[in-house]
This record gives sequence, structure tokens and C-alpha cells, in this order.
Amino acid sequence: MQINWFTVIAQIINFLILVWLMKKYLYKPILQAVDEREKKIASKLTDANSKEAEAKSEQAEFKKKNDDFDRHKKKMMDALTGDVETERQKLMDTTKADAAVLKLKLEEASKELQESLNKQLMQKTQDEVLSITQKVLSELASTNLEEQTVHVFIRNIKAITEKDKKQFIDAFDSGSAPLSIKSAFDLPSKEQQSIKTAIEDLIGPDVKYIFETDPKIIGGIELITKGYKLSWSFAAYISSLEKSIASSAKESLKADKE
Amino acid sequence: MNLTPDQTVFWSHGFITINLTIVTTWGIMLFMVIGAKLVTRKLKTTHKISRWQCILEMIVTGIKDQIQEVGLGNPKQYIGFIGTLFLFIAMCNFWIILPWYEPPTGSLSTTAALAISVFLAVPFFGIQKSGLLGYLKTYIEPTFIMLPFNIISEASRTLALAIRLFGNIMSGGMIIAILLSISPIFIPIVMKALGLLTGMVQAYIFSILATVYIAAAVQESIKKKKLINKNTN
Repeated sequence: MQINWFTVIAQIINFLILVWLMKKYLYKPILQAVDEREKKIASKLTDANSKEAEAKSEQAEFKKKNDDFDRHKKKMMDALTGDVETERQKLMDTTKADAAVLKLKLEEASKELQESLNKQLMQKTQDEVLSITQKVLSELASTNLEEQTVHVFIRNIKAITEKDKKQFIDAFDSGSAPLSIKSAFDLPSKEQQSIKTAIEDLIGPDVKYIFETDPKIIGGIELITKGYKLSWSFAAYISSLEKSIASSAKESLKADKE
Repeated sequence: MNLTPDQTVFWSHGFITINLTIVTTWGIMLFMVIGAKLVTRKLKTTHKISRWQCILEMIVTGIKDQIQEVGLGNPKQYIGFIGTLFLFIAMCNFWIILPWYEPPTGSLSTTAALAISVFLAVPFFGIQKSGLLGYLKTYIEPTFIMLPFNIISEASRTLALAIRLFGNIMSGGMIIAILLSISPIFIPIVMKALGLLTGMVQAYIFSILATVYIAAAVQESIKKKKLINKNTN
């Protein structure tokens, strides 16, 4: 166990050479590579950080835009809904008003139609009743009936009131025309005489008579002088019936209108 | 049985002797340099690197971190010396797994050479950091009386470095040789594995002690420099 001094010196030199070589071929390039990589990683990290920040800001911007868009959309939607509601209400009101007008018109038209129908019906009924009555009476007119008619007429003459009598006499006196007696049927002379007698009893004997036949007078007799008319006929009753029907129809229409 | 590879002499001419220690050292140097050259020939700075580059980077950055941990602020300045110290001793001790291999670190001449290198490196880095006077002043600190003790401390620790490494490696080799003669199967393998572990630990101890000495010298110098600056201000 001894020290060989040449070996010591040689080993020192060897070691120093090795230090130099290792420094040149190992540590320097390796550390350089590591440094470079670290730099690269650092730059990449910085880059990544900046990109991340950029992405974050972009994200924030996008989010903001999205929010704005949503808000705007909601606002527009609300406005649109409001408009639609208003428009709907408006249209509804218009429609309602139109419908009301139409309803009114329809009601009026319906009423008019009903009125017209009623009128027509009444007229028709009236006409029918009259025509039936007229027909019945015409068909019933017979000698007996004529006689009865004359009797009734004479009775009417006799039953004349004082006031009417006076009026009749006044009218007869002022006119020079003969007394016109119209009847629906040809008066037989006997009946003519009976009538003459009845009138003479009323106004005296000097009277001229004209007997005429007028089928328009329904089953009756008329005595006409200037300004005065004494008559009895079915026509009077029929006329009265006509008047009565007309008045009741009017009342019915009035009630309907109300 | 050779106690040290120094005794195997290949060629001798007077003072000059080419023995197994020197030849093995050359072989190891060649291997290390060629290996380093091969790997660093195509270094990549991208994130995808070769396996060998990865291993070497791990080793180099590990040494660098270790130096920094001990307290040397600028590890790149010292990595050449300390790193090579560690790698050379580790390499010398690593190959003991091969049969008939005699590690150069099993020679007291080699360990003495390495210890002398450390002995010289300590003032070298100390002076480099704070100048000749600044460094020399550390020997008479805290008082002038401490000068002989400081000098003894320097010498003794250098001697301790050399003897520790030599003793450990030589003893390991010796034990293997003795066991090989007693029971040639299995036991030497276990002892070689143990020797490998001891060798790596010794490489670490040697280089870390060297780092500590250098760090102490450098920091002492810096401390002194700061103190002087403070006093002059």
C-alpha cells in the first residue's frame, strides 16, 4: 500500500483532462439543451397563458354578446307579444263591433221580414175573410133575405132619431133631385111600396123615387139624397170587420216592435 | 494477490510507469467521453427526446440540483469539477461488476490524486470568488492563532478523503477476493452487489464532501467580503 507519485500526477492530469472533456461534451451541451427547452416551455407557457387570456376575453365577449342577444331577443319577443296582443284585441274589438252591427242589421232585417210577412198575412187574412163573408152573404141572398133586408131598412127608417130625421129632411128639402134608393137586388114593387110608405111617413108624400140595382152593395139598401145617406147593408158590417182587423193588426205590430 | 492495481505494471521507464490504474482510467475516460459525445451529438430541444439524452439530462440536472442544495449559488461554474468527480468515481466503481476488473479507485495513488485535486480546487474556487487576499484571510480567522489549525484541517481532510475512498473500495475488492477463494459460488455475487452499492455511496460522499469544502471556502470568502464592505462603508 504505497503511493506511486507518477501515477498520482498522471491521474491528476487524467482527471483534469476528463473535467475539460466532460465540460465540453457533456455538461455544456446538456445544460444548454435543458435551458433551451426550459426557455421553449416558458415561451410556450407564456404563449399559452396569453392565448388563454385571449380565449377568456373572447369567451367573456362572446358571453356578453350572447347575453345581449338573449336580452334583445327577449325584449323583441316581449314587444312583439305586446303588439300581437294589442293587434288581436284591436281585431277582436273590430270584429265584435262588426258582428254587433251585422247582428243589428240582421235583427232589423228579420224584423222587417217578419213585419212584412205579418202584413202580408194580415192582408191576406183580411182579404180572405172579406171575400168569404162576401161570398157567403151573396150566396145567402135570397128572396127571404131580401124581404128581411127591406124590413130591417124600413125599421131603421122608422127608428131614425129626431136629429137624424131633421138632418134628413133638411137635406131632402134643399135638393130637388129625386130620392135615390140603391139596392143589391131588384126590389119588387111590393117592397118598393113599403119603403115609399115608410119614407112618406117621415117626410111627406111628394117625393120622387129612383130605384137602382147596384150589386156592389152587399145585401143591403141605400137611401141617398143630397148630403144625406141612410143605408143598411152587410157591407157596413164587413167594413166594420175590416176596420177592426186592421186596427188589431196595427196594435199587434206595435207590440212586436216594442 | 495484488492489493492495488498500481502493482500491475505494463511498461516502465525510470520514473514513468504505465500501470493498470492508468490504463483502466484511460479506458473509463474514453468510455465516458465517447458516450457523452455520442449522446450529445444529436441533442434535441423539443419535448420528445431520446432515452440516453433523458438519462444524461437526469444525471446532470441531478448533480446540478445537489450542488445548489449544498449552497453553491452558481452550480454551472462548479458542475465541471464536482460532476466529473462524481461520475468518474461512480464509473470506476460501477465496473466492479465485471470479473477481473480492478477499479482505479482501489489505488491509493488515484484517490490521492482526486483528493489533491479537491485540495487544490478549494483555494482555486475561493480565490476565484474573492481574490487571493480575501481567501488567505480565511486562514487567520477568527484569530491568527487559528492558522496552524486551519492548515492542519485542510491537510487532514484531504488525507481523509483519499484514505476513505481507497479504504472502502480496496476493502470491497479484498473481501470479494478472499470470499472467492473460500466459496466461489453465490457469495461473491452478493458481495459484488454490496460493493456496487458501497461504490456509488462513496462516489456520492466524495463528491458531496468536495462540494461542501468548496462551498465553505466560497461562502466564507463571500461572508468576509461582505463584512469588509460593511466595515469600510
